Order: sequence, then structure tokens, then C-alpha cells
Amino acid sequence: MQRDSVLVETLQYRNDFMAFFETLTKLKSGLAKTRDSIVSKVRRLAATKSLIDDDLLDQLEEILIAGDVGVETTDIILTNLKRRVKENKYESTDQLITLFKKEVEAILHVSESEEPSLAFLPPDCKPYVIMVVGVNGVGKTTTIGKMAYQYKQAGHKVVIGAADTFRAAANEQLEIWAKRAGVDIVQQSHGSDPAAVAFDALSSAISRQSDVVIIDTAGRLHTKTNLMEELKKIKRVMDKRLPGAPHEVLLVLDASTGQNGLQQVKYFTAAVDVTGIVLTKLDGTAKGGIILAVSNEVKLPVKFIGVGESIDDLQLFDRRAFVDALFEGAEIGGN
Amino acid sequence: MFESLTQKLETAFKKLRGQGKITPQNVEDSLREVRRALLDADVNYKVAKQFIEDVQKRAIGQEVLSSFTPGQLIIKIINDEMVKLLGESKMDIASAQTPPTVILVAGLQGSGKTTFSAKLANHLKSKGRFPLLAAADVHRPAAIDQLEVLGKQIEVPVYAERGTGAVKIAKESVNFARKNVRDTVIIDTAGRLHVDEEMMKEVEAVRDAVKPDEILFVVDAMTGQDAVNAARAFYERLNFDGVVLTKLDGDSRGGAALSIRAVVKKPIKFIGIGEKLDALEQFFPDRIASRILGMGDIVTLVEKAQEHFDEEKAVKMEEKLRKSQFTFEDFLDQLREVKKMGPISQVMGMIPGMNKLPANAEIDERGLVRVEAIIQSMTAEERSRPGIINGTRRRRIALGSGTTVQDVNRLLKQFEEMQKMMKKLKKGNMRRMMQGMNFPAN
Ligand SMILES: Nc1nc2c(ncn2[C@@H]2O[C@H](COP(=O)(O)OP(=O)(O)O)[C@@H](O)[C@H]2O)c(=O)[nH]1
Ligand SMILES: [Mg+2]
Repeated sequence: MQRDSVLVETLQYRNDFMAFFETLTKLKSGLAKTRDSIVSKVRRLAATKSLIDDDLLDQLEEILIAGDVGVETTDIILTNLKRRVKENKYESTDQLITLFKKEVEAILHVSESEEPSLAFLPPDCKPYVIMVVGVNGVGKTTTIGKMAYQYKQAGHKVVIGAADTFRAAANEQLEIWAKRAGVDIVQQSHGSDPAAVAFDALSSAISRQSDVVIIDTAGRLHTKTNLMEELKKIKRVMDKRLPGAPHEVLLVLDASTGQNGLQQVKYFTAAVDVTGIVLTKLDGTAKGGIILAVSNEVKLPVKFIGVGESIDDLQLFDRRAFVDALFEGAEIGGN
Repeated sequence: MFESLTQKLETAFKKLRGQGKITPQNVEDSLREVRRALLDADVNYKVAKQFIEDVQKRAIGQEVLSSFTPGQLIIKIINDEMVKLLGESKMDIASAQTPPTVILVAGLQGSGKTTFSAKLANHLKSKGRFPLLAAADVHRPAAIDQLEVLGKQIEVPVYAERGTGAVKIAKESVNFARKNVRDTVIIDTAGRLHVDEEMMKEVEAVRDAVKPDEILFVVDAMTGQDAVNAARAFYERLNFDGVVLTKLDGDSRGGAALSIRAVVKKPIKFIGIGEKLDALEQFFPDRIASRILGMGDIVTLVEKAQEHFDEEKAVKMEEKLRKSQFTFEDFLDQLREVKKMGPISQVMGMIPGMNKLPANAEIDERGLVRVEAIIQSMTAEERSRPGIINGTRRRRIALGSGTTVQDVNRLLKQFEEMQKMMKKLKKGNMRRMMQGMNFPAN
């Protein structure tokens, strides 16, 4: 087959080219830094004659891999576990599992403000501005509807800014959510400049003396340079209208996302300085383990999780419960 | 991470030089690397395990031909096995004997069902058919409006009815099509989790009511390990006929495709490669295979390059290269050819290894601009004889291009390396490589 021959030929030379590309990419120094961080951390699991049963370790590995934690992070967790077991001479399976869960928990960052709270907004930012970003179809709009509702329930005056002016009927969708939540919404016609909508939303919130503004944005794949530029612009314009805004940039990740979630976090963070993550669709069978891989690389707290399509299906993130759920349905140690 | 699977395999095989055969012992390391690559690409861990066992069976005992290194041979076997597993590529949709043909579109929330439904309608319309879209997502707010807007964009009628159930809409849409001579009905349904019993019953009821000729399962290419669970559950309920993989315009490796294929033996019929309504393509197993293996979309790239690369220029350049007269002028020419192929971010995604660019990849375009600026600040003589570019000239060039002397130094050094590399190449392969892979990146 012709394709085969192309492939084979290409393979023969690609090593040279890879080396070449590598030197080229260094033209902009510093560019390469991001990719070195995890590679170096991988270590072979030391073959020890400790008390660990290999079978059990394999099972633990499977649980993590099956939960989308990724090979890299899984390796790290298991390596740490092995070391600890050796140091403390743990023996029973129960002890091991407890220890294992602790290792997993340790990877997740806790929010800086300890327990995130809806009732108390940070001082000196009125209105408190939250910008919501993410790739297509992860559940941004739904999350915003739920968040608006919860902030409202907590006693705040909320405005939603409909800066997804791209997707068909995005305005209508958000409008319905605003109605359900009983909050105000600022929108313009389909196709208008999203930065202008964000600007308007802030102005309107300031004049109405609102407490919280939540800005929806169109879903975009993180690899699309022009769309990421647009996102930066939306953010810049908000800062112009209200210095310091947005105070929070939430990246929404779908719990069923695989290893690509890491790229999403990296690119969005590079573009708009993401401050926290919302993990959605945790009511399915996907475990959302990608956030462990994410936490392993960037210090970003998970702020909320989405667990359904109703307005009150949004919860503050609880590390322990999350880790427990990761093991749900898995049989460990048995047989 | 930058290291490609091929490179890792080469390392794993270094010790084997001189051994003529692949044996269980000597492939073990390399298969561990393959497993890792598959898992990194989101292939389900059970599927990966089975796949590797199959590869091992095929590989063991194979003679290593002199033209291949063992690493290349393994890659070839893996690639072949994967292409085989991924199956045929067919875009055809079943046709009903008595119209209308009914197509049911189902999947999880946000996977891209509504967009795909419109894309499919658009595609069929361009083939001379008369589609009707049916808005049977009665759950998500404004889902009906969304489909109506899309229908307007492609000038395809949308059957909608507010305040009623999905089953009724589906049924009525088929009646409507019959009366109004639409030969195909595409039913967009609400997104649902496969564990949501009530919702799964709804979509079953829709199916029973309209007896579709074709049921398509839409899945996001970024999906991880859970893809198999969702696919299996939908398959058990709906017995779908084909799979649609969306959002492949991103940089996900798309291992879900392999997982789903392995679990439900149904073809992947279409792929979505953008938000626009013409961003629908046929699925090519070989392309996805190299993507999953992290080898870039070599074939696509070659084809794309061939479309844009000026054949005559390529021949000339090949000649020059062989005589090692490759100058900065030629380099600049190549840069421009590359640019013609589209936004560099897109092109880069298709180059092996480059689909894992670091986070601030938008610098790439600027890097290119910078290289161009440096070359443009050289005199004609300097471009053809870079050897004469001494310190003073370097400073002048840096100043003229708004870069630093270090930037200029680096480019000169890379250029030198490139020349060296070019010399190593056998002449027949040169053009293809230039067309396919040789990109001055940034
Ligand atoms: N980049 C990209 N976006 C897509 C693709 N298919 C759908 N989308 C986007 O994904 C989001 C969800 O799509 P939608 O069709 O509403 O999904 P549904 O909930 O399954 O009906 C929207 O923002 C679409 O524009 C694709 O192939 N590429
Ligand atoms: Mg839909």
C-alpha cells in the first residue's frame, strides 16, 4: 500500500528531523520549559523485597489508570506508596489502602481560602467577577446557571454576562438558566463582540450594585490561537472596566475527559491565568481522575463539581469524597 | 514528553543491534513503551493490554529486514494491527427502501450531536438529497432553538414542536417528511448519561417509534477511559450502526476511537473537525492510528503538503540540496510554502511529535515571523553564503530585524545543522521529505 511506504520512509528519517525541530523550537528560549517538568519525575518502581504484594499493586495501578489519572501520575503515586510502605513496614491490605488513599488525596490541592464559601465573598471586590472558560461541550453554561442560583441563595445579587455570542442559541440557553436562578442577565445579539458584552455586564453590575458577576464564554479548543487571543481580550477589557476583574477564572473540565485535559489546563492557564477548576458530569461513571494529573502539574484547586442537570446539582469540592468515589465499584485486595 | 514513541523504541532496541529476530525477551521493553503510549492516548487499559498481546504474537519470530531497524519494524506491525482493528472507512448511511430514510443521533451531553446532525444534513444535501432535521432534544434549554438556527444556516428545514415529548416529535417528523417529500430525516436527541435509566428508556422509545435505518453514536474525541462504558451501554440499548468522533480538530490523541472499536465492532463513519457546518470528514483508520501512536498525522500532512507545494520548486530545491547549495533564500521560500498550508498551529499538530507543543504555543507563529525577519535583514550575498556572516554582520542583522544577536546566532547554527542533515539524505527521499516533514518550525 502506498500509505505504508510513505510511513516507512518517513519513519526512517524522522529521528533526524525530531532533533532538528528540537533545536528550532529553542529559538524562543524558555519555550521548552513546560514540557520538562513531569518527565524527570518518572522513576522505575524499585524492585524491593518489601511486604507489598505485586498483585495488589497492579490492582491499584489499574484503578488509577481506569480513572483517567494517567500513567505519569499513577507512577508517582505508586512509587511514593512503595517508599512509605517500606519506611513504615505496613503489612495489612487495609493499612495499604488507607495509605494509598492518603497519597492520592495529597496530590489534590486544597483551595487557598481553605473551604471555599459562597456566603463570604473576598473583600474589596464589588462586584466579585467570575469568568468561566473551557473547551466545547463541557458544561459551562449549565454550571453558570447553577452557580448563579447558589450565589443568589447565599444572599448575593447576581448578574450573568452572556459573552458566548458564537454558538447557535447560546443566548437563549443562558437566558433560561438566568430565569431559573432568578438573576439578571446582560446580553447582546448573536455574533457581537464578546468583550463588549463582558464590558457591558460589568458596567451594569456596577450601576446596579450587584455583588457577583458571572461571565459565560464560548467553548473553544485550546489549540485555536485566535480564539485564545479573543479570550485574553475579553479578560483585558474587564480589567479596564473594573481593575482587578475578573477575580476568578474558572476552567470547566468534563469528568470524562482523558489525558487531553492536561493540555486544556496548560493552554487556558497560559492564556487567561485560570484560578480554579470546575469538574462536571461526575454523576456518570467517569471518575474525573484527570484532575489528579492536573494537580500533579499545576497548583489549581478544584472549586466545584457538577453532579447532575438540575439547578442544585453543583457542590463545593470535597477531596475526601472525591477520592472515595475514585475507588467506587473497584474491588481491591479481594480474591 | 517530547520524545516520540519511535525514539523510545529505538532506544529500547539499541541493545539488539545485530540480533536478527524479534523474541519475547527482546521486545519486552519496547512493548512497555507501547503500552504507555496507548494509555497516554486514552486507549482503555484493557483494550491496550489485549492489543499489545496481539502485537506481540505477530512480532515474535519476525525477521528484521535490513532496511528496517527493529524499532521501525515494531512500529510498522503496531501500525498495521491498529489500522486493522480500527476497521474500514465508510461514510455511507443506510437507505430506506421506501423513503424517508430515518437516522437517529444519540450520545452523551456535549458530545456534539446537534452540530453533527446539522453537518450531516449539510453533507447529504450537497449529495443531492433532501434532508429534514428533527429537534427531539426536549430537555436541554434552547436545544430546539439551536437546531433551528443551524438549520437556517444550511437551509435545511427543521421539524420542531414545543411542549411535547421526544417520541411524538420523532414520529411526527417522519410523517412530515413523507408528506413533504423529504427523503431523509435526521433526529437529534438530548444528551444523556448511559447510567440515566429514565433517559435511556426515552431514547429506546424514540427508536421503537420510528425504527431508524441508521443509528449513530456521537462521541467526543477527548474522552478518556470511560468511553468504553458509555459506548457499550449505548450499544446494548440501541444497537447503533456507526460511531461519529467529534472535536478532532484539537490535539487529543483520540485513543477512544480504538477503545470503542474494540468493544463494539461498529465502524467509525464520520469525524468532526470544527465548529463550522462543513467541518465533517470521512474517517481514515491509518490517520487515527498514527495520531494515537503520537506519530502525527503523517499521511494527512503529506497530502496537504502535496496540494500546496510547488512541484517545480521542489525539484529545484532537491537538486540544490544534493549539491549542498541550500541557501537562506531557499529556506525563506520553504517558510513561505509552509505558511501557505494554513495556520502553523494546525500544520504543527500534524507533524510527528509536534502535537504536544508546550502551553504557550502561540509563540510559534511569532517565532516564524522572527526567523523571516532575520533572513530578510540579510543581504543577498549573506543569504547565499552564510559563512561570511561575521560578528559585525550579525549585529547589523539583529538590529535590522529587531531581534538579538543570540537569535541570529541560533538561527545560523540551526541552518548549518539543517544543511548537514540534508546531506545525509538519500536523494530519492528528499522531495517527499521536504514536502512532508521539513518544516522550519519557529
Ligand atoms: N471544535 C469543535 N467543536 C465542536 C465539534 N462538534 C461540536 N462542537 C462544539 O461542541 C459544543 C457542543 O456541541 P453540541 O452539538 O451542542 O453538542 P450536543 O450537546 O451533543 O448536542 C458546541 O460548542 C459545538 O460548537 C467539532 O468537531 N469541533
Ligand atoms: Mg444537542
